[in-house]
Amino acid sequence: MPSDRLWDACVRAAIWGLSLVLMCLVAVAPAQQSNAPEEVTPSPAEAPAQSRQQRVIEQVSRRVVKIFGAGRLKNLYAYSSGFLVSPQGHLVTIWSHVLDEQEVTVVLHDGRRFAGRIVGAEPQLDLAVLKIDAEDLPCFELDEAVTPPVGARVLSFSNMFKVATGDEPVSVLHGVISARTRLTARRGVFDSAYNGPVLVVDAITNNPGSGGGVLTTRDGQLAGMVGKELRNAQSNTWMNYAIPIAELKTAIQDIISGTFTPKSNPLEAPLSSPRFLPIDFGLVLVPDVIQRTPAFIDAVLPDSRAADVQLKANDLVLFVNDQLIQSVRMLREELARLEPGDTLKLVVRRENILIPVELTVPETARKPRKRGTEPEASSDDP
Amino acid sequence: MTWHPTSRPEISRRRWLQTATVASLTTLLKGGSTARGAADPDVLAEQAARVAVVQKCAPSVVAIFGPGGGGGGSGVLITPDGFALTNFHVTSGAGDFMKCGLNNGELYDAVIVGIDPTGDVALIKLFGREDFPVATLGDSDQLAVGETCYAMGNPFLLATDFSPTVTYGIISGLHRYQGPAGTFLEYTDCIQVDASINPGNSGGPLFSAAGDLVGINGRGSFEKRGRVNSGAGYAISINQIKHFLDHLRGGLIVDHATLGAAVATKDDGSMVVTNILDSSEAFRRGLRVDDEIASFAGRPIRSVNQFKNILGIYPKGWKLPLVYRREGRKQEIFVRLRGLHRQSEMTLQPPERPAEEPKPGDKDQDKGRKPGAPKPPRPAGRGKPKPPEQYAKFLVEKPGFANFHFNQLEQERVLRGLAAWGDFKTPTGAWKLTAHAVAADLPAVFTLADELCGLILADGQQAFAQETNAEAKQGDEPPATGGLLLALHQLRWLLAKGPQAFSELYYAGSEPLDGNGPLVDVLATERFTARTRFLFDKQTGELIGFDTERDEDVDPCEVRFEGIAEFQGRKFPKLLIVRHADREYGRFELRAANWGDA
Repeated sequence: MPSDRLWDACVRAAIWGLSLVLMCLVAVAPAQQSNAPEEVTPSPAEAPAQSRQQRVIEQVSRRVVKIFGAGRLKNLYAYSSGFLVSPQGHLVTIWSHVLDEQEVTVVLHDGRRFAGRIVGAEPQLDLAVLKIDAEDLPCFELDEAVTPPVGARVLSFSNMFKVATGDEPVSVLHGVISARTRLTARRGVFDSAYNGPVLVVDAITNNPGSGGGVLTTRDGQLAGMVGKELRNAQSNTWMNYAIPIAELKTAIQDIISGTFTPKSNPLEAPLSSPRFLPIDFGLVLVPDVIQRTPAFIDAVLPDSRAADVQLKANDLVLFVNDQLIQSVRMLREELARLEPGDTLKLVVRRENILIPVELTVPETARKPRKRGTEPEASSDDP
Repeated sequence: MTWHPTSRPEISRRRWLQTATVASLTTLLKGGSTARGAADPDVLAEQAARVAVVQKCAPSVVAIFGPGGGGGGSGVLITPDGFALTNFHVTSGAGDFMKCGLNNGELYDAVIVGIDPTGDVALIKLFGREDFPVATLGDSDQLAVGETCYAMGNPFLLATDFSPTVTYGIISGLHRYQGPAGTFLEYTDCIQVDASINPGNSGGPLFSAAGDLVGINGRGSFEKRGRVNSGAGYAISINQIKHFLDHLRGGLIVDHATLGAAVATKDDGSMVVTNILDSSEAFRRGLRVDDEIASFAGRPIRSVNQFKNILGIYPKGWKLPLVYRREGRKQEIFVRLRGLHRQSEMTLQPPERPAEEPKPGDKDQDKGRKPGAPKPPRPAGRGKPKPPEQYAKFLVEKPGFANFHFNQLEQERVLRGLAAWGDFKTPTGAWKLTAHAVAADLPAVFTLADELCGLILADGQQAFAQETNAEAKQGDEPPATGGLLLALHQLRWLLAKGPQAFSELYYAGSEPLDGNGPLVDVLATERFTARTRFLFDKQTGELIGFDTERDEDVDPCEVRFEGIAEFQGRKFPKLLIVRHADREYGRFELRAANWGDA
């Protein structure tokens, strides 16, 4: 981007001790800098290096926005981050519940507030593109995005924890790329919709509100979009990662140009689906009719895992893996949390006798289903 | 490539340190010849700089424990005689006497000095040395986002030998506002870092890249990851603490300030007054609803958060400039700020570790929780642990003060400034001050006796009197002075009767003289309903003026001195400048004085 290069040139001039006057000259004569070298020679001295990084941070921060939208309910925060990709106000963010409103509020680096509307989304990429009505905005050039190698030092910019609300700059973290891998993660009891390549970072980048922020190189080159908060499906630990821009670029550009056909319809597709249902074990539960419907087994399918351990209709499930179960809903949640191959320990009550049983969880989780085909919560136990 | 974590970096670092003393920047520029194969010379240079900063700073870092050795947090020494900063939420858990470890492995006793519950700051004093290693106070307003910073302290109470744990990162954000989390403590204008801040780091120092003390680490955004660092730690800026430092040294429980007016951001982005207390000084200076706030304390205002941020770094009672805009016209006023809390709120100990228990699912509660280490509940009342015997005298408990002993020390220091004027105590009679009212060009004679004060202007053409006993109405005499006669009575009382003659007298910290001058020491007194703040030059120790309020929420009579001369064997100001409600009432040039000698 020309203005980027211009800044680089200015910073370089400062590093090599050129005068401020010359910087101004350079600033008004961009053509002279058109053949500037791509690579910046690392500066030997500490002080210029620091001010250079501060300059980079300032420049990147101007292209990151704060988004305020739906949420505010228990455990759902109503804010996220985004970044500008066109001077006319196209911005990229994650596809999340924050966007579940007609319009969201987008706050620029200078505190200006705009109504943002969704132009398009690709839930399989966790991607949404919004538009605000503005002009001449500082923005990232998607074509200049890079995918840094493992070990590269990076910066992450986002409005984590909603620390910034108006014209305050977003938060900056520093770290290195620790891995480039495919995402195997889940969100609560659901598998994540996106399972493509990600950049894993050693800094704690993925916090509430971080989703839609940017990961850049130390030079401020765009590298990735900070993803939503997810846990590693294997270790159950929180992940710090970004989706490489290379994975998103085509979809973003197609959405902006109006030629995008989503692989999944964002309005119909669920964000994701549960991994295990009671029926996977041969269990049919009583209909979930009240706030805390006791977790009674309504029926046990023949030749099922439940039948193998002699579970019976009218058994009341009291514990799942030492977790006290207070309702049908809670039982469903606990089952959905299971990992393939786990051992499932149940304690059921049958006529005042407590009976412990052990089942094996199936080796494969169920495939995510489209909302249209997904059974309703109370109807999957016929 | 195989990495040898124990041997390799140690060797290269040592080699680097040997060469570093002689290597100039130019040899580094030649590029990587000294340590080729080990690491980039720039990286080694940065590492050496880092090591140097840690070595310079670590001796001043304090590991704080409760009297029984339990609980704890961190702190940092700022004076060689042992004053150290920490968090209020560390000392409130540890009790009035603490044990403090330094990185030399020694354990020292310490006592509480002053506390700032709202700002989450406490000052303690370590005993046993006059040559404690100290941190250099930096200027946190000079920080920039992206700069390197170091957090030091005792996270998870790992340091059994008291040498601090060092984490480093970058400044992630500046001028952050973190509202109250369950309690009334509030982090305004604070510094956000990505250096790990964990339980036990509380109260420890944040150092800049150069190793200057720029903040006190005290909070983090903790969410579902548990009470450990999640990438956002917050430090109280050292520049805020500097405003409170004299208050803290005076053993006070300090309060933060409010303008007495509510503000909101309008759709056009301007910040306007939406409500104002008519008892506030801001109202008396002319601020009204719908006025737009343009700047406060010399900083332009663009948002409510920013206004809260700036307001939050000042102590109650400071006078500061405020610029407002009405119908396009700008007006600058000076406003004395009101206390954020009632006296009773400040005197009562806040509930112990109020935000300790996370409420499941309550995000706001979790957000910004204090990373204090788990502590035993503070023993209450008779269950208090006994202080170490030789230090027990350093704690004087008095309602409204964290430790009145240190206030007495500051009182003594400030009162020494009066001694230079001579002995006013021996005379027993009334003062008679013969002066000249400069602008009016009139003779003025003040007579100040114990129970009655009078002013005769123009050889008897005008006369004013003020009774000064318990029954007397403390009036505005002469009118439009705010009570000049009452004010002069307070000055005579201090000089002639001494500090014990007031119903209250305490050191009240420091404040900028008249809102934009240098910091002056403040000695506060009370006599009947009159409250006086005597102002002392911090450099010379001299009394340079005083303000007397007849009552609460009325503008004081402000008297400022110019020039000192000798009158009848005692020194006294030559010129008294009298102001009230932002207007100068008059100047009195002293021609002669009779101090009532027998």
